Amino acid sequence: MKKLGRSLKYVYLGFMLLFLYLPIIYLIVFSFNDFSVGSGRRISYSNLGRWNGFTFANYGTVFSGDAGRSLLLTLEIAFASSIIATVIGTAAAIGINSMRKRPRNIVVNVSQLPMVNPDLVTGITFMMLFAFVNGILGRIGAQVGDFVKLLIAHISFSIPYVIFSVLPRLKQSSDLLYEAALDLGCSPIQALLKAVIPDIMPGISSGFIMALTMSLDDFVVSYFVADRIQPLSVYIYSNTAHGAKGVNPALATIIFIPLVSLLLIVNLRRLAKEREYEIQNKKVKMKK
Amino acid sequence: MKRKFFAYPYIVWMILFIAVPMLFIFYYAFNVDGTWTFRKCWETLTDVQKWRVLLVSVEIALGTTAICLLLGYPIAYILANMKKSVAGFISVLFFVPMWMNFVLRTYAWRAILEYALPDMLGIKTTLTGTVGAVLMVLVYDFLPFMVMPLYNTLSKLDKSLLEASRDLGADGAQTFFRVVLPLSVPGIVSGITMVFVPAITAFTVPALIGNGNYNLYGNEIEQAFKVLAGKGDYSVGSTLSIILLVFVLISTAIMNHFDKDKEGGSIL
Repeated sequence: MKKLGRSLKYVYLGFMLLFLYLPIIYLIVFSFNDFSVGSGRRISYSNLGRWNGFTFANYGTVFSGDAGRSLLLTLEIAFASSIIATVIGTAAAIGINSMRKRPRNIVVNVSQLPMVNPDLVTGITFMMLFAFVNGILGRIGAQVGDFVKLLIAHISFSIPYVIFSVLPRLKQSSDLLYEAALDLGCSPIQALLKAVIPDIMPGISSGFIMALTMSLDDFVVSYFVADRIQPLSVYIYSNTAHGAKGVNPALATIIFIPLVSLLLIVNLRRLAKEREYEIQNKKVKMKK
Repeated sequence: MKRKFFAYPYIVWMILFIAVPMLFIFYYAFNVDGTWTFRKCWETLTDVQKWRVLLVSVEIALGTTAICLLLGYPIAYILANMKKSVAGFISVLFFVPMWMNFVLRTYAWRAILEYALPDMLGIKTTLTGTVGAVLMVLVYDFLPFMVMPLYNTLSKLDKSLLEASRDLGADGAQTFFRVVLPLSVPGIVSGITMVFVPAITAFTVPALIGNGNYNLYGNEIEQAFKVLAGKGDYSVGSTLSIILLVFVLISTAIMNHFDKDKEGGSIL
């Protein structure tokens, strides 16, 4: 009976994961589909439901044209914004953690706002802000470019995720660490870099991954912020919504597969390390 | 140098790029072509059609939230009772799909609902453009946001409380409903917040999956900004956004009420 319950649990988890991964598997499979129509060279991605035969051709064209530009732009924005957000967010978390209760509560509360705020509102507020700023700058012939706009917007919605993954880690870490480093002759910056940061590294790296995730998954904010250039998600939307022609499914896998393999390797290694540690612990216990 | 100074760059950033942009919504809602007026705002507020869309959106968002909670709670519960290292790994699997942009995943769903699934079931009609399809893809999009806070709360639950409940004679169901469920309220509340308001504003899913048959509140705002704003009229969209912000404020207030130490608020 207990065994049945246990396998039912795994069946349920498996079923839910299948639900989450179904469209991804679908796109990966169809990224190897032959989309050329008839005997001609014309490519039509709109029939994403009919299997015509296996080919690598979709990967050959993925970096060319508008799609390729969008792909690179998305990667640039994702990495640049999450690195900057991680730096600002980590510093902020350290600062917030040493604040008195009242100001800390205010800052923490306000920091939650961008996370609860629907990205639609975030997107339009940025759109209006940049329209306003560019209106003023226009008088002296200057403009805030699309890349900078996207970067600022992505950093802004990522920072809270960094803060909220670093803060719990800081709570676990001792306050005395920083003081001790100062007493031992470190400058505040050195104390931070050599004592505090290494201690909270797991929180920082999960904050970075979270920021990267949010940036890669974003569509709505970019859709409202960018005028002339299109990040991948905007490119895909404009080519698929309202009965448009569709996009190359290889675009989906080209970012996804490398990143996921990286993440899986890191996690599996950690899992293996923990298991090794457990086995060693057991051995020590047995010796006793 | 005090450590709190490290927060200052962030605070400046927050004021410039979160607080100030918010003010523009209020500015443009009440200011048309440089003059302060309530007229435009009032016109939007008394537009019955917009309220009807909001009502439909709230219904669909409530449905999405309820299904996410029903599907997500067992997931979080199973994960929380697993060995910690394995649970950590599987919980990562639940948010990995987000590394493929959600427009792409929604696009894949459209292909599945339009061709693959009808082919498999042997039916001639496509499944897109139905309220069921819209609801399913919304649930698909928001499920990880429900699972994460629930998992966080449930995995922090003190296991000795469960043993105590057993020792005092409660059976499995009683322990669940009287101990586990009440203690997981902060996770439930922040899960609901992470799903409900964003679901009202999701305009991509209705556009890609609903074939435009189910215009939700997000679509109204998107249209207002993408069409009218081109003509310099931000007021309709701003007014609609203010109504949305009221929802955000209410749900944040509820969240803070249930979650005093701000632990469940993060989805990490």
